[in-house]
Amino acid sequence: MRVGITDHAQSELTDVVYVELPKMDRKANAREAIAVVESVKAASDIYAPLKGTVVEVNKALESDPGLLNREPFGEGWIFVLKTDNMDDLHKLKDATAYRKQIGL
Amino acid sequence: MLVVSETAQKRTALYQEHVRRGAKIVPFAGWLMPVQYASIIEEHQAVRNNVGMFDISHMGQLIVDGNGAREWLNIMLTNNIDKLDVGTGQYTFLLNERGGVIDDLIAYRIGDEKLLLVVNASRTEEDFDWLKKHLRSDVKIDNRSGNFGGVAIQGPRVVDLFHALFGESVEPPARNHIADLDLEGMSLSIARTGYTGEDGVEVFFRASDAAQFWNAVLEKGQEFGIKPCGLGARDTLRLEMCYPLNGSELSPERNPIEAGLGFFVDLGKPNFVGREVLLQTKENGPKRRLVAFRMKEKGPPPRPYYSIFANGERIGEVTSGTLSPSLNDGIGMAYVSASHANIGTNIDIEIRGQKFLATIEKKPLYKKS
Repeated sequence: MRVGITDHAQSELTDVVYVELPKMDRKANAREAIAVVESVKAASDIYAPLKGTVVEVNKALESDPGLLNREPFGEGWIFVLKTDNMDDLHKLKDATAYRKQIGL
Repeated sequence: MLVVSETAQKRTALYQEHVRRGAKIVPFAGWLMPVQYASIIEEHQAVRNNVGMFDISHMGQLIVDGNGAREWLNIMLTNNIDKLDVGTGQYTFLLNERGGVIDDLIAYRIGDEKLLLVVNASRTEEDFDWLKKHLRSDVKIDNRSGNFGGVAIQGPRVVDLFHALFGESVEPPARNHIADLDLEGMSLSIARTGYTGEDGVEVFFRASDAAQFWNAVLEKGQEFGIKPCGLGARDTLRLEMCYPLNGSELSPERNPIEAGLGFFVDLGKPNFVGREVLLQTKENGPKRRLVAFRMKEKGPPPRPYYSIFANGERIGEVTSGTLSPSLNDGIGMAYVSASHANIGTNIDIEIRGQKFLATIEKKPLYKKS
């Protein structure tokens, strides 16, 4: 699965100036911090949403971290995680449930 | 939880204006302040290239008045009040007996024996209590902060904007001067001071006039590319200039000599609070020094509390850090051991367990080209 941050998250962070990508082939547990997104003001951890292995990272963010602000749902993805168990997918929120959580 | 902490925070007279214009609000020094409107970087560039306006109503305003006002303040503060003509101001420190910084502030002489002290929001109560504790019978002190507000209007187009507001024939006060002016029935005190490294003014007014003045400036400022700015840009702008921030570079455990700000301390004065300690620090040389640094390679921006190493030895800690919007490099300030404080020294900043190379540079880090 392709992992990034939401449009809401990028608008809260604004001005992303640095992205620390996870290492390729890194194994992570669900909710483990494996990447960092830094704005002018603060550094924020990015968690693995499910247990799995990093199989791709978005190198384009190294030279252009602003992609995260401009295209959070497109070219601004952060990494691709191969989940150990596809059945875990149902544990994630869909867009409707997410919007409800953030009060939109 | 959030609701409880937010109700405990104070709101400036401009709070509704910030909310109305879509600012992101954060708690700062007991106040709910705008950290940014749309983008810290855009607001930063507006100030460097055009003009920007900041709400500084959270800052404290103390009035010191009475026959002994100047003589007494010369004992309470480090800079020399006798150098101030009526209508001028100076940057100065309020120290404790150990020479540590209670606050850094600007003292404006607004009358023969009347001074306006503009102090940090987080220290207003503490300054006021400290000064009251040391007060003499021939001096009065009043904390007018609750009834007054202020804005900083900063950037190379500030004089154009000033003329658009007050008319072509009215000149802004000279650098570090302060003057009273009226605008549409509002009584304003205008000082040619700031915290950004750009030309600019700081304007003080009654809280009841705050919204009217704020909106008048934004309207007239449109043709000059004005942007309302938040504390985020205020921080990146001051950091590029290496201006200290109380609570980061300055604290009761640090003195102005260590911070490299001896210029604002007149050790020639016979007596002021903290003088003995500063004389000693100056004589022996400080053990630590406040330095400015710039990252040498692409990497994460430095942040407060990151450790600093030289040849594998821990020599200090970052006090402020950010990605500089003007230089597009990580920059910061730090206290390091004096033996590693020379300009040109290579240092390593530890960020999440990894070391990144930086160099100690001359202040300010940003110079107008």
